[in-house]
Amino acid sequence: MKEVILHAGIPVKPVYGPEDLAGRDFARDVGRPGEYPYTRGIHPHMYRERLWTMRQYIGLGTPMETNARFKYLMAHGQDALNVAFDLPTQLGLDSDHPRAEGEVGMVGMAVDSLADMEEAFAGILLDRVSVSLTINGMAAPITAMYYALAEKQGAAADRVVTTPQNDILKEFIARGTWVYPVEPSLRLVADLIEFSARHYPRSNPVSVCGYHIREAGCTTAQEMAYGLAIAAAYVELMLARGMDVDDFAPRISFNFTCWGKIFEEVAKFRAGRRLYARMMRERFGAQNSKSWMFRSLIGGGGSAFTVQEPENNIVRGAYIALAAALAGAQTMALPTYDEAYTIPSAKAQLIALRTMQICAEESGAADTVDPLAGSYFVEAITNQMEEKILEELAHVERMGGIVEAVKTGAIQAEVARQAYLFEQKLAAGEIKKVGVNCHVGDRPAEADRGVELYTFDPRVAQAQIAKLQGLRRQRDNGAVAAALRRLTDEARGPGNLMDPIMAAVKSYATLGEIADAMKTVFGEHKEPVKF
Amino acid sequence: MLIAKPGLDGHDRGAKVIAHALRDAGIEIVYTGLKRTPEEIVQEAIQEDVDVIGLSILSGAHLPLSRRVLEGLKAQGASDIKVVVGGIIPPRDVEALLAGGVHRVFPMGTPLPEVVAAFTKEARRS
Repeated sequence: MKEVILHAGIPVKPVYGPEDLAGRDFARDVGRPGEYPYTRGIHPHMYRERLWTMRQYIGLGTPMETNARFKYLMAHGQDALNVAFDLPTQLGLDSDHPRAEGEVGMVGMAVDSLADMEEAFAGILLDRVSVSLTINGMAAPITAMYYALAEKQGAAADRVVTTPQNDILKEFIARGTWVYPVEPSLRLVADLIEFSARHYPRSNPVSVCGYHIREAGCTTAQEMAYGLAIAAAYVELMLARGMDVDDFAPRISFNFTCWGKIFEEVAKFRAGRRLYARMMRERFGAQNSKSWMFRSLIGGGGSAFTVQEPENNIVRGAYIALAAALAGAQTMALPTYDEAYTIPSAKAQLIALRTMQICAEESGAADTVDPLAGSYFVEAITNQMEEKILEELAHVERMGGIVEAVKTGAIQAEVARQAYLFEQKLAAGEIKKVGVNCHVGDRPAEADRGVELYTFDPRVAQAQIAKLQGLRRQRDNGAVAAALRRLTDEARGPGNLMDPIMAAVKSYATLGEIADAMKTVFGEHKEPVKF
Repeated sequence: MLIAKPGLDGHDRGAKVIAHALRDAGIEIVYTGLKRTPEEIVQEAIQEDVDVIGLSILSGAHLPLSRRVLEGLKAQGASDIKVVVGGIIPPRDVEALLAGGVHRVFPMGTPLPEVVAAFTKEARRS
């Protein structure tokens, strides 16, 4: 009989039965939905009361172009936004910086100052829509721009719902948009969490991501383990500042991926919710039940999609949506079928949105809470997944803890090792990919399959740079210089930097200027290069 | 061979997988790490005396970045170092890269064994 092993290394038996759950206490380990330890989901009635939020990741070119795409998706029933920024913005470089050449507006929208955020959200009321900002190294200044814009729009602070990603540890591990060394980077993460907890009570100032680490190559169990370890590191950071755990933990959110084997993914989330609840209550002493809840965006992994026969990715997306629904997602996002080729077309974005809507309205996956509960198989692998995650957490401890493992590069090397193992299994046909290593079609992958390639317009960069240079001429440069000096001065001390960053943003200091004002004090990260 | 990540792109899964695979195939590999300028890459290639530079680019900035590496090599009199490019390279840009002097392009979806075979054959020839 064919051997089946999950990505986490758990072997799958052909048949499961009651013997696989012997000795387990269902009430203690699984319990009821909406109750500790939330294995079955964080709400008692889940989607019967409120469907998951549909939040496609989008941003392209100039803020004006992005604004048009935001409005297109909202007109088709998307109820929240997730902003993609270009790489210069993510790294704190102005659009006219020499290192930004060729990258302005490429993988997201370009933001140089508050003026760009005003354009991106023109006609979109920030007290009416929830907005995720996929920003990390520059989370503090970009979120400051968002708060400043909300203020200008007249939105009440307690009506502003935004989720800056603000998870720098996973950037060091996987996504690479780090700027400053590890310690000052962590300080900025904590500054934004603290400031938001005090002034913007409905914001989610950190979204802890397993997603990108898994996309970089780690296993399902490692994805959850590393995410939990990162969350714990941020909790410890805030406790060290003297905050009470229940003052910030209810607004911690998560961003995890989902692809591959449906039941493994469901087990990963069920085990993760249980472990997080126990960690928050038992280890950190949280009393507020909201502090125990693992609230997660589940985003389909683009790495599951193939360049060969791209239409098949629509089918993969549907299975991913089903898995995410069965796993109890609070928010869902799907990659687009043209993901391997290009910046998504509007048509591909709409298909992804429709896929989630079909899953929600037609498939029945949203009819009842945690429909797989009580399955011998799913409960058994949920338990095994929990053990694997604990093993991986112990491994992180042996590396010196997550922060130390990031500094030495040990965890980055482990993720790269797993990526290579996965690729070898793919090459050997141990992991199947239709159209890639089995059921291969007769047309070469390079053949044009009707994918509408995004045509990048070089005038985007020119327009962005012209606008930036105009801004530098028009603003009160004395006020900008004073705000930047204050930021540099305060960066030398131990205080929270959000106030001086807010002041700099409101003076229309550019993102690059704000980043540099801190770089003078913090320096730049030196990557421990290992593979 | 120098595996390099030019530009601002932080996605290094592909670069590291290729580095692992080529090392296992017996090729000596140096990996630059993230966010190197074309000028830094040229310097490192000359310093390490490599035969090939492999650029991994997923951000869409492959045309200007490759051009600057090739120009840098030429300016340093090091045009004997071959440049290959991998990453998210749309089919329409493959020709442009080759015409600009890139030795070979490995677009998305290239099977790992094919990449390894390309370099082991090349190594045997030289």
